[in-house]
Amino acid sequence: MENSTVDLSAIERVEAARTAHLTAGAKPAKVLAHDVNVYYGDKHALQAVNVEIPDRGVMAFIGPSGCGKSTFLRCINRMNDTIASCRVTGKITIDDQDIYDRSLDVVQLRARVGMVFQKPNPFPKSIYDNVAYGPRIHGLTANKAELDEVVQSSLEKAALWNEVKDRLQDSGTGLSGGQQQRLCIARAIAVNPDIILMDEPCSALDPIATAKVETLIDELRSNFCIIIVTHSMQQAARVSQRTAFFHLGTLVEEDSTKTIFSNPKDQRTQDYITGRFG
Amino acid sequence: MTDAISSLPTQLPPARRRAIPPDVAAARVRRRYASERTFKALGFGALALTAVFLVALLTSIIVKSLPAFSEHRAVLSVLVDAAIVDADGKRNADAIRAADYASLTRAAITAVIPGIEGRTARKALNGLLSSGAADDLRDRVIANPSIIGTTIKTPMLFSDDVDLYLKGDTGRHTAALGAAELTPSDVKGDITLTAANQSFAALIADLEREGVANDAEAGAHVLDGRIPSRVVYINGGAVKVVKATANTLAGPVLLPLSSVTPAQAGSWNLTTYVQPESRRRISDQEIVFIDKIRSAGAIERGFNWRFFTSGDSREPELAGIRGALIGTALTLFVTLILCLPIGVLAAIYLEEFAPKNWLTDIIEVNINNLAAVPSIVFGLLGLAVFLNYFNLPRSAPLVGGLVLALLVLPTIIISARAAIKAVPPSIREAAIGLGASQQQAVFHHVLPLAMPGIMTGTIIGMAHALGETAPLLMIGMVAFIVDVPTSISDAATVLPVQIYLWSDLPEAAFQQRTAAAIVVLLGFLFAMNGAAIWLRNKFERRW
Ligand SMILES: Nc1ncnc2c1ncn2[C@@H]1O[C@H](COP(=O)(O)OP(=O)(O)OP(=O)(O)O)[C@@H](O)[C@H]1O
Ligand SMILES: [Mg+2]
Repeated sequence: MENSTVDLSAIERVEAARTAHLTAGAKPAKVLAHDVNVYYGDKHALQAVNVEIPDRGVMAFIGPSGCGKSTFLRCINRMNDTIASCRVTGKITIDDQDIYDRSLDVVQLRARVGMVFQKPNPFPKSIYDNVAYGPRIHGLTANKAELDEVVQSSLEKAALWNEVKDRLQDSGTGLSGGQQQRLCIARAIAVNPDIILMDEPCSALDPIATAKVETLIDELRSNFCIIIVTHSMQQAARVSQRTAFFHLGTLVEEDSTKTIFSNPKDQRTQDYITGRFG
Repeated sequence: MTDAISSLPTQLPPARRRAIPPDVAAARVRRRYASERTFKALGFGALALTAVFLVALLTSIIVKSLPAFSEHRAVLSVLVDAAIVDADGKRNADAIRAADYASLTRAAITAVIPGIEGRTARKALNGLLSSGAADDLRDRVIANPSIIGTTIKTPMLFSDDVDLYLKGDTGRHTAALGAAELTPSDVKGDITLTAANQSFAALIADLEREGVANDAEAGAHVLDGRIPSRVVYINGGAVKVVKATANTLAGPVLLPLSSVTPAQAGSWNLTTYVQPESRRRISDQEIVFIDKIRSAGAIERGFNWRFFTSGDSREPELAGIRGALIGTALTLFVTLILCLPIGVLAAIYLEEFAPKNWLTDIIEVNINNLAAVPSIVFGLLGLAVFLNYFNLPRSAPLVGGLVLALLVLPTIIISARAAIKAVPPSIREAAIGLGASQQQAVFHHVLPLAMPGIMTGTIIGMAHALGETAPLLMIGMVAFIVDVPTSISDAATVLPVQIYLWSDLPEAAFQQRTAAAIVVLLGFLFAMNGAAIWLRNKFERRW
C-alpha cells in the first residue's frame, strides 16, 4: 500500500501544525500522538497514527466500523492496558508528558483523562455515590460538605441536577438511558479531568436525549478538551471543531470540521462522508 | 479494498420458493403438532415419575420418623426420701449427686402396682422405666434441693420397648366376656380358674387350630410363647393362661387378684393378644403392668425434647442428636472460615489478576477436576496428612472441617468465578476509567455485585459438606460419642455419620430415630438451599 508516503505526509503535517501554533503564539497541543501503532496479538489494529489535539474544544473521530477509533481513544487514557493481548508502540503525550512513560502513574493519568462509554454504565449504586466515587478514591474533597458541592456542581454541569436533585439516593440504574448517560458524564466531570473521551456517547439514546447530551458537550468545551467518537456525521458536524477520519486502521485525514465536511482532501474521506461506504 | 466494498452487489437475487401443495403442507403441520405432543407427554411423564419417587421417599421417611418425635412418660408421685438423697442432712451437692435415685423411681412405680412379689415380676416392673428416669429425677433434685423430703409428681421416661408398645400395635387384642361363673383358686402365685359346662371349648378349638395338641402328661392344652397369649382379667387382677382344659384355665398371676370370690359371667374376660409373646419385645407381664398404669391415668405422651437436647446413647429412648448437631456446626464452621476467604480470594485472583498463560490454564483445569474427585479420597488425604503427619486430634471437628474445606473449595472457587465473571465488564471499565486501580475496581464494585452469587455458591457448597459422610469416616468421626462437643478439638460426630451409626443398630426405636435424624438433616438442607434461592432472587440485578 501507500502507507509510507501517507506516513511521511502525516508527520510533516503534524510538524507543520505544531510550528504554526508556536509561531502564532498559541498554546501547544493538549494531546500529541506520534507514530502510534496498536496490535491486538498479531492483528495490527492501528497503523502509524499521528495527530495533534488542541486544548479546549471538541475533536471528533469518524470512520467506518472497525477502523480503530475506539482503539485510539482508549490509548489516550491507557484503557488498552486492561486488554492482555493489546500492545501499543509510538508516543502519546499529554501536556508534553509521555503517557506511556514508565514513571507515569496510570491511575493519575485516568483521573486527568475521563471517559464516557458507548453504553451508559452507571454503578448500581445511588446517584450520589456514582458521582462521588471518583472524588472519594482520589481524595479530592476534605469533607462531606465539599463532596456535596462537587456532586452538585458536576450534576449541574451535566445538566442533570434539576432532574435528580430530589432523589440523589435513588439507584443510578433506575434513571432513563439519556439520564444515565448524563450521569456518566457528571461522574467523569467530578474528578475534574482535563480531557474527556467519549466513545459514541449517544448511540444508545433517542434524539431528544441526544440533543441534551450534545448541548452539554457544547457547554463543556470551553472548559475541557473533548474527544468524541461518533458514527453520526451530523453529530460530528454539530458538536466538533476538528474532525479526524479513520479508515482501516489509519488516520486518513484530520482538519477543521468545516474543511472535512466541505472540502476533504482524500477521496476516501469524500466517499465516507457522502455515504458511499461505511 | 475500497473497491471490494463498493462492488458489493446491491440487489440480492429473488429467493426461490417451491410451491407446496396444500395437502402436503397440512400433513406436515399435523406431523409437527404430533411430534410436539409426544415430546411434551414424554417430558411430563419423566417429571411425574421423578415427583412420584421423591414424594414416596419423603413420605416414607417422614412417616417412619414421626414416632421418634414423641415419648411416653409415667407421671408418678415420688417421695424424695431424705434418708437416701441426703443421708447426712448437710445438703452436700456431691452427696446429692451420688445418691441412688433409681431406688426412688422403683419405689414410685411399685406404689402404683402394689403387691407384686417374685423376682421376675419385680424386675419386669422396674424395667418399665428408662434408666433416664432416675437421671431426670437427680437433675430435678440438684436444680431444686428444697424438694428433698417431699413427695412430688414427676414424669418418668419409659424404656424404649414400652414406648414402642404404647405407640405401636403390638398390644392388638380381642377380649371375650366370660359366659359363665369363674372361680379362682388363689389371688397370687400359680392358680387355677374353674368354670362349669365346658366353658372353654371354644378356646380349646382355637388352640387346636393354632396347632396346640392335648398334652397327655399335663392333661391339658399347654400354651407357649409361639402362639397368641391369653390373659384372663378377673377380680381386678390378671392371670396368664398356660394350661387350658374345657373347664379350667391355669397359669401364673400377673397382677394380684383382690379376692377368690367367684366372678359372675360378664364380670371377667379372656383377652387374646394377637402377637405371640416370642415375637414381641415386651412380655405379657409387662403388657399387664402398662395397661394397669394406663388405667390409673398416669401415662402422658409429650414431645421428645430429649432428642434435640442430649447426645448419643446406647439407650434409644435417651439418644439424641445434640452432639451430632453441635459437631456438624463446629465442623461446618471450620469449613466455612477456611473455604470462604480462600475460595473467594483464589477466584478473584484467577479471574481478575492472574496472567492468562498455561500455568493458570492448568490450575483452572485442575480445580474443575478436583470438584469431581470422589469425597472418600479427601478423607484418605485427611487421614494421611492431618492425622498421621500433623498429628491433629482424631475424630475432631477441626480435622473434619479441614477435610470438608478441601472438598468444598473447588465448588466455591468455581461458583465465585462464575459470579465474578457475570458482573458486566462495563462496571469494571467505568471504575477503571475513573482512575480506580484494578484492586479498587474489584473490591468496590465487582465483589459487592458478585457477592450474592458467591454466597449462593457457598451455601450450596456447605450443604454439600453438611451431607458428607465418607471422608469423615476416614478420619474417625464415626466413633460412639456421648458427650456433646464443646470445642473444635473435642471428639465429635456429625449428623450424617450419626444417621449411619444408628441405621446399623437393631433396635426398632433406633430405626425411628434414624429416620428422625434424616428428617432433621433434610430440613437443614432444604433451609440452606432455600436461603441460596432466596439470596439469588433478592439480589438478582438487571444491568
Ligand atoms: N479486545 C480486542 N481484541 C482483539 N481485537 C480487537 C479488540 N478490540 C478491537 N479489536 C479489533 O481492532 C479493530 C479496531 O477496533 P475498534 O474497536 O477500535 O473499532 P471502532 O472503530 O471503534 O469500531 P466501531 O465504530 O464499530 O466501534 C477491529 O478490527 C477490532 O476487531
Ligand atoms: Mg468503537
